[in-house]
Amino acid sequence: MEHGDGRQALSYPIPSPAALEPPVEWADLRRECPAARVTLPSGDEATLLTRYADVRKVLSDPRFSRRLNAEDAARIGDSESGGVFNGEISETLPQTGEEHQRWRRMITKWFTARRMAALRPAIETMAERLVDEMVEHGPPADLKASLGFPLPVWVICDLLGVDDADRDRFAYWSDTFLNLTRYTDEQVAAAQAEFVEYMTAHVTAKRADPGEDLLSELTTATDARGGRMPDAVLVATGQALLVAGHETTANMIAKMAGLLLADRRRWERLVTDRSLVRSAVEEVLRFDANAGIGMPRYIGEEVELAGTVLPGGTTVMCGMAAANRDESAFDDADRMDLARSPNPHLAFGSGAHSCLGQALARTELQAVLDVLLRRLPSLRLAVPPAELRRIEGLAVGGLREVPVRW
Amino acid sequence: MKVNLDQDKCVASGQCVVAAMEVFDQRDEDGIAVLLNDSPPADQADDVRHAATVCPALAITVEE
Ligand code: HEM
Ligand code: SF4
Repeated sequence: MEHGDGRQALSYPIPSPAALEPPVEWADLRRECPAARVTLPSGDEATLLTRYADVRKVLSDPRFSRRLNAEDAARIGDSESGGVFNGEISETLPQTGEEHQRWRRMITKWFTARRMAALRPAIETMAERLVDEMVEHGPPADLKASLGFPLPVWVICDLLGVDDADRDRFAYWSDTFLNLTRYTDEQVAAAQAEFVEYMTAHVTAKRADPGEDLLSELTTATDARGGRMPDAVLVATGQALLVAGHETTANMIAKMAGLLLADRRRWERLVTDRSLVRSAVEEVLRFDANAGIGMPRYIGEEVELAGTVLPGGTTVMCGMAAANRDESAFDDADRMDLARSPNPHLAFGSGAHSCLGQALARTELQAVLDVLLRRLPSLRLAVPPAELRRIEGLAVGGLREVPVRW
Repeated sequence: MKVNLDQDKCVASGQCVVAAMEVFDQRDEDGIAVLLNDSPPADQADDVRHAATVCPALAITVEE
């Protein structure tokens, strides 16, 4: 293998043979070159980690910083890539250490297992309504546009106490924040300004007349040191939830349908045994080979990792999806086992920065799957799996559309 | 079996509560996990091991 031997860096991201398939290189990298030198789209170099143990370790080691603002940190994209790599939110919200933990803990109370169980029926009702609309229009339909894209926005709007009538505006804003290439600079700037204006007014309204939602609670709640969230932080928190929780979940709903329908025996097994929904969702999250480029981290000091020494100033890419296929962590890692348990996959990251919304994401995915199995047991792909296409873009992997019939 | 929970590491994912409801709960104020019983009976041991494995923060350890 040539990777990382000082001569030739692998170009990253590595292309896959098909939309749902992992790159063939992953297995070799895990075996022979677990810390591989790669060239990012920006032209800068980074070190790609593909083994489960290494990825898990780096994600939960606070010495590896999430902020890539050091002078010698690698840049990811060849242009602004939006989303998780966009500076806006990370400027307003605390990113590291105790301050980040205090911010996080004010929000995580909204994502407890108990709250999620209580929220589940409302999410199923939303999914049912969207499925009804899809059925009304008749087959074929794009499951991503009909169900995957709207559902997570509706859920986040509920969480923020936003009026149902404004859901479409949130969907549009979210789309502009994440798909910078599809919109003009003016459109993006206008959406940003509109969102901040809307949310600022919304925060003021909630402060005066609190509802049952997360935002209302945050306007009055105090953190562990008795501090309150300033309005700018509340607005940024709303945006963070929208940006982090919409596109990720929308794409995962679409990929879940794609993966389960690509081999229809998977779907049939779930139709006959819906008690597998929970473990099937975890397995879909583990098995997703199209999860975006992974999580970048920057290390300022020299460390030993993956049998080698990383010099200070290294940017590492944590390849969670590659790690999720590591045979040393999962038996038969390349086989999708809908009953796999336990399933400690890394799709939501690990450690202090792991996905704050993971309980909600799980609940949404389980609710959607349950509703689809119940309402459309005859669901199938309307195109051969080989014709599914990946979306462009780096941060969040997805499928362009998921054409289905029933 | 003896269970340890490191609340400083916990990221409030709720996975342990889903896996072993008799042994774990989450605090109302921030969702951080609490241990309801640090010496669970044998019939809950599997669930607790499961919780420890899926905890994204590696906050749960088990002494057999
Ligand atoms: C299937 C859907 C989702 C996936 C795959 C996903 C994945 C991730 C990952 C990998 C991270 C870690 C980032 C890092 O290590 O730097 C993360 C962070 C985060 N996610 Fe998610 N996520 C999903 C859904 C959601 C939802 C529904 C919400 C909330 C509504 C959400 C909110 C967040 C937030 C706020 C963070 C930052 C946490 C922090 O800084 O401490 N995510 N997500
Ligand atoms: S599974 Fe781990 S991180 Fe999640 S609530 Fe339980 S102890 Fe905390």
